[in-house]
This record gives sequence, C-alpha cells and structure tokens, in this order.
Amino acid sequence: MSHLDTIPAEVAAGGGSASGPPLLSPPVRVRVRTRNLGDIVFRNLTFLFALVVFSLVFIMAYEMYLGSRETIQKFGFSFLTRSVWDPVRDEFGALPFIYGTVLSSMIALVLAVPLSLGIALFLSEMAPRWIERPLSFLVELLAAIPSIVYGLWGIFVLVPWLRMQVEPVLSRSLGFLPFFRGAPYGFGMLAAGLILTIMILPIITSISRDVLKSIPDSYREASLALGGTRWETAWIILTSGRSGILGAALLGLGRAVGETMAVTMVIGNRADISASLFDPGYSMASVLANEFAEAIGSMHQSALIEIALLLFAVTVTLNALARVIVWSVTRRFART
Amino acid sequence: MNPRELRTYRWRKVKEKAMGTIALLCVLLAVFPLFLIFFYTLAQGIGAINIDFFLQMPKPVGESGGGMANALVGTIILIGLGSLFGLPIGIMSGIYLAEYGNNPFGNAVRFFSDVLSGIPSIVVGVVAYILVVIPMKSFSALAGGVALGILMIPTITRTTEEMIRLVPDSFREAGLALGIPRWKTIVRIVLPTALKGITTGVLLGIARAAGETAPLLFTALGNRFWSTAIKEPIASLTVFIYDYAKSPFEDWIQQAWAAALVLIVLIFLVNILFRSVTRGRYG
Repeated sequence: MSHLDTIPAEVAAGGGSASGPPLLSPPVRVRVRTRNLGDIVFRNLTFLFALVVFSLVFIMAYEMYLGSRETIQKFGFSFLTRSVWDPVRDEFGALPFIYGTVLSSMIALVLAVPLSLGIALFLSEMAPRWIERPLSFLVELLAAIPSIVYGLWGIFVLVPWLRMQVEPVLSRSLGFLPFFRGAPYGFGMLAAGLILTIMILPIITSISRDVLKSIPDSYREASLALGGTRWETAWIILTSGRSGILGAALLGLGRAVGETMAVTMVIGNRADISASLFDPGYSMASVLANEFAEAIGSMHQSALIEIALLLFAVTVTLNALARVIVWSVTRRFART
Repeated sequence: MNPRELRTYRWRKVKEKAMGTIALLCVLLAVFPLFLIFFYTLAQGIGAINIDFFLQMPKPVGESGGGMANALVGTIILIGLGSLFGLPIGIMSGIYLAEYGNNPFGNAVRFFSDVLSGIPSIVVGVVAYILVVIPMKSFSALAGGVALGILMIPTITRTTEEMIRLVPDSFREAGLALGIPRWKTIVRIVLPTALKGITTGVLLGIARAAGETAPLLFTALGNRFWSTAIKEPIASLTVFIYDYAKSPFEDWIQQAWAAALVLIVLIFLVNILFRSVTRGRYG
C-alpha cells in the first residue's frame, strides 16, 4: 500500500510489480530518508499510540497476575481441581465454574459449527450475489445485539419455552441418557448453551465464509469441469478450507467462553457439577459478574481475579491460535 | 446410460437438491432468532416508551411511571469518557498501521489488536477495577470509562486502518510531489478523504461499547440517583436493564424491555449506517 519511504527499486524504475517479473533484479530497496522534523515527530507519535495497543495485553496479564498472587500461592494448581467455593472460610476452588464454562461452550460449539458451515456454504457457494449481501448483513446483525438483550430475551422467552415445551419432551424421549434427566427448570446448562449458540453463530459464519471465498475459483472450475454438481463442488471447497474453518470454530469458542451477561441470566447460577443439561450450573464469567462487586476480603477478590486471569489466558490462547490459522490459510490461497 | 449409471446420476441430483435446501434452512434458522428477538423487544418495550421514559428519574418501588433519564445521561458520560481514552489510541494506531505499519512491529500490533478484541469484556472490567477502582478506593464513572475505552480500541484501530488504506496512493503521491511533508500529506489530504469511513468506524466502536454491561458491573456500578460526577458510581442503560430484569415488578420489567429497545434500535442504526458508507468498498 502506502509505504513510500521504502520504495522497491523495481517499482521506482517503473518496472513490473508483483504481477510480472521484475525488470531490475535482484530487487534493491532504496530507503528515502526523511529529514523533516514534522515527519519524525508525527511518525513517532503514531508509533507511541500503536505501542499502547501492543502492550495492553501484557499490562492486563501483569496486573491480573499481581492481583491474584495470594490465591495462586496458597492453592496452586488445586485451584483448578477443587470444587469448594467458600468465601467465609477462604477456601477456593474453581472446578464447578470451569465445568460450567466448558460444558455450555461445548454445547454451543457442537450446535453452531454445522449451522454456520451451512450458512457459509450457502452464502459463498450457492446464493446469488444480490441475496448474499443482505443475508450476510442480517447474520452479522446477530453479533451486534448486546449481550444483555440476549439475556433479557433468554429469561422471558427462551427459558419458559425450554421449561414448558422442550425439556419435558426431551426427558420423555431421551431420558435414558444422563444428559436429559431431572426436573425441567428452564434455567440451566441447556439454556446457556442455546443462547451461546445464537451468539457465536455470526463470528463462525463470517470467518468461514471469508475462508471459503479466499479459495481460488480454479478449484471450483476444476470440479465443475469434471461434471461435479454444485454440492459436490461446494464440498470440495469446504474440505480445502478445513483448517481455516477450524480457526473460525476456535474464535467462536473464545467468544462462548468469555460471554458473560446472557449466560449469567439463564444458567441458573448454582455451583454444582451435574451431567444433566437441565440442571442449573455456573460459569467463570458469571461468578465474576455476580460476586466481584461484593467480594468479601482480599482472598475472595484474589480468587475472582485468578478466575479472570484464567479466562484471559484461555481466550488469548484461543484467539492467537485461531488468528494464526486463519491468516496462514487465507494467505496461502491469496498467493496461488 | 446404463441403469446403474442412471441411478448414481439420480442420487447425485437428489443430494444436490437436498443439500441446497439444508443450507438454506441453516440460513433461515440463523436469521429467525434475529427477527424473534427484535420484534419481541419491540412488542414488549414500545408500550413503556414515552416522553417520561426519557426525561424522568426512576420512581421508588410501588410508584408507577418514572423513567431512565439518569441511565441515559450516565451511558452518554461513560461513552464520552471511553472515547477520551479509546479514540486517540485507536485512531493514531490505525494511522500508524496504514501509513507506516508494513513491518514486523505493525504485524504484531495488528495481531495483538485482534487478540484484544477477543478478550472477554468482563476481564477488561476486572483490569479497570484493578487500575482505577482500587487506587481511587471507590467505584466510579472514570473506571467504567477506562473499561469501555479499552474495549473500543480494537474496532477503531482496525477500521481506521482499513479506511485509510482505501485512499488511493495517487493522493499521497500528489501531495509529496508538491513538496508537502509526509505528515502534512497524511493530516491534510489522506485523513480528510478517509474521514467518512473513519467516523462510521468510530461510531461502530462506540455503539458496541454502549451495549456493554459486564465491564460496568464493578467499575461504574450503577446508581439510582442523578449523578454526573466522574468520581462517583454512575447509572447506565445496560446495568439498568440488568437490575430491572431481575426485579419481580411487572412495570420495571417492561421498562427493561423499553431500554433494550432503545439500545437495539441505536445499535442497528449505527450498523446500517456503517454498512451504507462502506458499501462496495469494504468487506
């Protein structure tokens, strides 16, 4: 784009760019030094602000580490495996919250990935352009709805629906499985998983669609020329983009893990570990939302900050991994 | 064609039709909740929206009527404070990335800005608590503003970069050919050209921040009374919805829906605006 202070020699000489062979080879980079004071000041000023963006992640990690040292030192790894949560006696273990976060996110992922792939395939391979744009805009609008509104809708529409209609039917027909046993509360893992499904759908869809679109048309032409149907072609495109789709799923998982308000409002907020999806549970983000403002004592606060640090570590890892995967896939196809 | 070939051919055609239908069903299944949520919020909320709702304070339990004037003003103040932190950082680093960022450091900034956008907003709230609430020994609008500011940064950085990159290089070359220094070319020629896009990108970042609840719960906290002091806890639309949704009172719940409706309409409008400005050039 606009990097006029480092002009490749072949471009400066008016020669071929990336599309053709360079006229002058090997390419020599000519650095045009600026001596203008304003230029130096402006460049370094914008650099400083970019440095802030760069360092924010590290600052956040460091501050949370300092804030949670007390419980990290006292409980060590057992913080992750114990299921006591007793602020009065200063005993803390995050297992029920971790379990709730993992289970609700997994429900969401299992439901959202196939659905998103269907949408992405439809948008990128099957739909005509005039219908693709408004439809993808509508799917993206789902991501724009604030979490609190999802929560409100969850409490007053989704949860009663689950309690009255869905859960009784599920327990009657699939009650032999441990997941669908127990009293239908409405509030619980199933509600949390379903609401997360809707919430992570847009991000998985839009990233997979971008991945599918980055696959060169020659793949499609090859399949069609061999007599493949449109579906068979779409399937080939899907399998060529599978690692990018893995990245999209990881990004969706990251969203689901950190989602707070909607989950807090429908998950039931009870720190139990139960195999049944009907039972109320708790999640890492929800316990922060419910207890942080009224934390009693420094240990309680430290334990909560440690949960925040865990959430941070998990989401940063998932996002970093997913970005690297998606980048490498789209870049590979951009080159071919 | 022999019968076996014909059978395979028919089967492939059936599969083609079936899969196309399934993909279409997926789309409908995804768009369905959007309309469900929007129209349900509209139906529940519209009844409680009137002049009083915007201009009056919340009434004590038992009295009907009242509004959310303090929450509306609170959200505006919080967004203002957030923009104070988020806008300069977001826009300036966006300029850096677009104009000077084609190097390893630029890539690292892009990467970390993307990672930042994936960090749960409640974690950002915890950080704002550690950085602002603990030293000041009080929940405050300022802490909420810091949290929202951090949350705005990734959106604003990346859209600013995209929008500046859309300005053709010939504009920059024209400026430089006239002997104008690089920075002046950027400030006087490139930025004004990209202004419309940057503005809507900023609006998008602000709209997202306005819809955040989790990072405000233990920074701005919420306030049932009128307050505009930045060192005091302050009300906000989203925390207002949260508190009222959990209440057992019929008319409070209706007000929560009304507030949700206000929020959703604002956010949809900004999204549509962003879409129409960037149409055909971006995305």
